[in-house]
Amino acid sequence: MANTIRIKRGLNINLIGEATKEISSIEAGNFAIKPTDFLGVFPRLLVKEGDTVKAGTPLFIDKYRDNIVFTSPVSGVIEEISRGDKRVLEEIRIKSTDKPDYEDFGKSDPAKSNREEIIVKLLKSGAWAMIRQRPYTTIANPSDTPKGIYVSGFDTAPLAPDYSMIVKDSVTDFQAGIDVLTKLGGAPVKLGLPGGKNDFPSVSNTDITYFEGPHPAGNVGIQIHKTNPINKGEIVWVVNPQDVIIIGRLFTKGIYDTSIIIPFCGSEIKNPKYYRTFKGASVRSLAKNNLAEGTLRFISGNVLTGTRIKSDGYLGFYHNQFTVIPEGNYFEFFGWALPGLNKFSFSKSFFSYLTPNRKYRLDTNFHGAERAYVMTGQYEQVFPMDIYPMQLIKACLAENIEMMENLGIYEVDEEDFALIEYIDTSKTEVQHIIRKGLDLIRKEMS
Amino acid sequence: MKALRNYLDKIKPQFKEGGKFEKLHSTFDAIETFLFVPDKTTFKGSHIRDVIDLKRTMSMVIIAMIPALLFGIWNTGYQHFLSLGQEVDFMQIIGYGLLKVIPIVAVSYIAGLGVEFIFAQIRHEEVNEGFLVSGMLIPLVMPVDVPLWMVAIATIFAVIIGKEAFGGTGMNVFNPALLARAFIFFAYPAKISGDTIWTGGLTKGEGVIDGFSGATPLSKAASGAIDQIPSLHDLFFGFIPGSIGETSKLAILLGAVILIVTGIGSWRIMLAGLLGGVTMTLIFNAFAANAYMTLSPLTQVMMGSFLFGMVFMATDPVTASQTNRGKWIYGFLAGLLAIMIRVFNPAYPEGVMLSILLMNAFAPLIDYYVVEANIKRRLKRAAKLVKS
Repeated sequence: MANTIRIKRGLNINLIGEATKEISSIEAGNFAIKPTDFLGVFPRLLVKEGDTVKAGTPLFIDKYRDNIVFTSPVSGVIEEISRGDKRVLEEIRIKSTDKPDYEDFGKSDPAKSNREEIIVKLLKSGAWAMIRQRPYTTIANPSDTPKGIYVSGFDTAPLAPDYSMIVKDSVTDFQAGIDVLTKLGGAPVKLGLPGGKNDFPSVSNTDITYFEGPHPAGNVGIQIHKTNPINKGEIVWVVNPQDVIIIGRLFTKGIYDTSIIIPFCGSEIKNPKYYRTFKGASVRSLAKNNLAEGTLRFISGNVLTGTRIKSDGYLGFYHNQFTVIPEGNYFEFFGWALPGLNKFSFSKSFFSYLTPNRKYRLDTNFHGAERAYVMTGQYEQVFPMDIYPMQLIKACLAENIEMMENLGIYEVDEEDFALIEYIDTSKTEVQHIIRKGLDLIRKEMS
Repeated sequence: MKALRNYLDKIKPQFKEGGKFEKLHSTFDAIETFLFVPDKTTFKGSHIRDVIDLKRTMSMVIIAMIPALLFGIWNTGYQHFLSLGQEVDFMQIIGYGLLKVIPIVAVSYIAGLGVEFIFAQIRHEEVNEGFLVSGMLIPLVMPVDVPLWMVAIATIFAVIIGKEAFGGTGMNVFNPALLARAFIFFAYPAKISGDTIWTGGLTKGEGVIDGFSGATPLSKAASGAIDQIPSLHDLFFGFIPGSIGETSKLAILLGAVILIVTGIGSWRIMLAGLLGGVTMTLIFNAFAANAYMTLSPLTQVMMGSFLFGMVFMATDPVTASQTNRGKWIYGFLAGLLAIMIRVFNPAYPEGVMLSILLMNAFAPLIDYYVVEANIKRRLKRAAKLVKS
């Protein structure tokens, strides 16, 4: 019997620009893989500009874990390989061909394959990169045995995609993907679903827990913490539902088909809706003629944890939505003193709390400047873990590894701190601080 | 507004490093960000940020203190003319109150902010907003006849030794406003106790009528004159002598409501403090060794600065316990000790200041044990796993 866990502490940020539930298809034409999306990976290039690739052709490997291969999401020609500061490999851009061409990895039934065969197939196709581990949120190590594999079947972040709808679109592939993960983990996949009414299709080989409550209830890290928290030395694997579908296709069709359904959302998208495209799609042609006037912030992912991209940038490997909001580069006369009827705030010091169901057009203004930690007890209100967030943040700042471990650093990911960063009166870079703490431990432990 | 903005933009370069007024950089920055929320945008992490900032937070606390301040101004005038036995109209009362209270407020702000601005410049930091609240709290906990130079010295002491020495806002161990009061209390005890300092003009002995003592309810209680304690009605509304902001419980409760509704003041500390005070009083009632011990919890809580301390002082988020569980313990003990010190200490009638300062010192220890419990729980969970 599946049980329901009620999450009380958190915050839903209601933004204007939710995608309507219709799916359009568009040919993006331009795609890119960004090696910087993969934490801790040192890329060694296998292709050069002008090479022709199929979907599933290796583009680069990790220098230190050379069995982990990163492949092309589409078929086409390598148009450009761009490097940034210190020659960091930034983007491998691919101009796609009209007719998709796939590397053949062979159809197989996950139920009849053994674990080793499955791992080899996932590694070869590049789909392995979709399986990430906690702690650290790096790509999983194929030689590890995780204590569980977790999939969160819903996302509570602002304007997040509706995974029930997306999974319904490819139920058989999703089921195949779940079967693959069940084989990998040696146990049914831990699936987190929204409590109450939900129309997530029924799938077998899963161990379902329902989560009720505001964001971050949909964060897989919160779901792990609530059901089976990670202790030092333990590893769990996590996969996004959309990636489960891609993994499934690798077995049902035998190809690395990175087709995904992405909401184009945010207050500055004129007609927000879902689009069918492939991983790493360029947003330029997709967003063309669909944008409001003004200086805009383009975000691959959601407004809390996404990455800032250019207006002609590409979606990140792990991102499942594209958000556009206005930039906030303006001065506001006595902005801090006004009653704030139309300003959204978690605190009740603005009168907007009288209208809780309103949707807001929020911009990127910082609304202040960095300060010392003063408002104690504030973070806990949006952090539904049995962890003291401010104490953990301070341990990270002090680079005190023992303290970080004691306070539960292995159970958290930077995305779990995104709401804290949002509501923070002191305007500190909370996610960055946690990431640095995690990176420090990862380096010390390896 | 455009013109003002343009003017600021024009003079801004002079305050940057290498500019003519670079030594005033922090000051310029403070004034600029006071007038305009900066145009800074997010660059990493969350792309949106809550509109709340420390300025907003602190101004909410100040708004919460305004009822107490306004009543304090009125009561200063009221007590003064009462001592003279004169019947005067409302405007005269307010006029006298303003004349006495506003200079104290001004001195507190000028002295404190002066120190803050200097330290911000030395540290190349922006000016923290913390003192905006301390600067208002200090006058509210002063007797009205306190000499202004003493307020200045106490404020400077509190900000330098109490705050900047520890690293500035957010790092201090003791509540700066209470430290300012404690400074006067220990350095000039005669100026902050006795019966004459609570009423404007009484120190100089201006023609006081017979029967007006100027003694606060607490000093009456301490001297055993239990029957002379004013009625609950007077204690609640605050028609009694006392520190400027502490007398009206109604005004303080209004402030408490503002702090709790906005979520800025910790209701846990306020409630726990109240529970602590009531618990101690009930214990005293059970023993009833002297008349003071027989006072009802309601009277105890409404006398002196108990409510003011629990609402505005104990709730300082920096010097209180920082964990929610710790806040319960901290608040409860602060309330408990306040009543205990008040009843037992023969030297000084009020115990709230010492009690909160004492709990400030213990707050990190409380947090240590609360966090340690969390750590132990985590280790136990891991140990259980190893066994199985």
